Amino acid sequence: MPEFLSEYLPIAIFIAIAFGLSAAFVASAFIFGNQRPDDEKMAAYECGFDAFEDSRRQFDVRFYLVAILFIIFDLEVAFLFPWAVSLGGIGLFGFWSMMVFLAVLTIGFIYEWKKGALEWE
Amino acid sequence: MIDLLTHSYVVNVAWILAQILMVIGPLLIAVAYLTLAERRVIGFMQLRKGPNVVGPFGLFQPFADALKLMAKETILPAGANKVVFLFAPMLTFILAIVAWAVIPFGEGLVIADINVGILYLFAISSLGVYGVIMAGWASNSKYAFLGALRSAAQMVSYEVSMGLVIINVLLCVGSLNLSAIVEAQRDMWFALPLLPMFVVFFISTLAETNRAPFDLPEGESELVAGYFVEYSSMSFALFFLGEYANMILMSSMTVVLFMGGWLPPFDIFPLNVIPGPIWFILKIMLVLFVFLWVRATTPRYRYDQLMRLGWKIFLPFSLLYVVATAGFLLATDRLPTIMAG
Repeated sequence: MPEFLSEYLPIAIFIAIAFGLSAAFVASAFIFGNQRPDDEKMAAYECGFDAFEDSRRQFDVRFYLVAILFIIFDLEVAFLFPWAVSLGGIGLFGFWSMMVFLAVLTIGFIYEWKKGALEWE
Repeated sequence: MIDLLTHSYVVNVAWILAQILMVIGPLLIAVAYLTLAERRVIGFMQLRKGPNVVGPFGLFQPFADALKLMAKETILPAGANKVVFLFAPMLTFILAIVAWAVIPFGEGLVIADINVGILYLFAISSLGVYGVIMAGWASNSKYAFLGALRSAAQMVSYEVSMGLVIINVLLCVGSLNLSAIVEAQRDMWFALPLLPMFVVFFISTLAETNRAPFDLPEGESELVAGYFVEYSSMSFALFFLGEYANMILMSSMTVVLFMGGWLPPFDIFPLNVIPGPIWFILKIMLVLFVFLWVRATTPRYRYDQLMRLGWKIFLPFSLLYVVATAGFLLATDRLPTIMAG
């Protein structure tokens, strides 16, 4: 096994243990608790009424917009990570290259701000 | 030769297992007592006593709660996607504890000292949103669905500014390794030169863990309990454990990034004989206390205020700060040289 991969072995084991532990927790409730299901108990909670309609319905488009904005800016952060770590080596040229990239992004940000994409109500 | 290899391999894995259990055990106990501490601290802040009946000072209360939850019926709503419904709290819990694999408790005291530690932490905490979305979708209940939507939008909004704050720290360190980040703070904690970023980061962690004043996803007065309204028994407990383990994790991230990790506040005699892990735990407890303090003090935000703070204030501010930090370090020639490897 290459050296750098062996550093990840503990993480793999950790994930396996965490998975086992959480499965054991869920299973313990089925073992120790009584399961007595009935129709009323299994109905979705809606303040005591029968559910009016299916809950998977249309929702506000702004949540979708937030998700798209998130992708753009999170990608930007992903670009910034290697840049931030290596800035000592790439110097002024690297700095100004990133500034140009950020400027383009900022123009987009101002545009969406003016368009009202960030407004709620 | 083969025997020797397999032998050392087995010993290796056993040692890793022991280390992991040494982290998970205390972590779960810490989570249990954090729930008690929260109720007691908020109780005292509101001139109440908080739970004090079960055991001395109510110390056995968390175990009583756990046993009670274990004896409850796990309700699987009729309209729910059963598998996803059961897996969502498990995922939340798993993600909240696997992140601890890279946290350095002291000099060299880390389970997996990977060289992209901060990236791993960032990735794991980003995945947390899946547990919420899966729970809200699989429940097939309107409250859960709305709560999950809100929670997801809130978590991703604040993650962006959190990422930019981390970039500020990385500019000062020049490495993604968490131990290197702590070592870089030997002379001065980053909380001082990057004070505004420290504040932004702390507020973002409140929003990221859905804590007051940003606890809209579970705003009791309007959404009952948000995305976990349909959960009961141990599935509910897993969400609860996951949320509190996440609080401790975010506190430890704050400590590693800004408060010098395991380093003593001053490198002078009585302070520097106390072992590193103790300093680390004390600092985490301090940050957690502020979490509780904030909850007892501040009223809940409105959703439009929350989004405005995240997108219109924190994002531009932390972006500008990245530019300022990079420019300052470059102009004064203080950028760290890249470490080999």
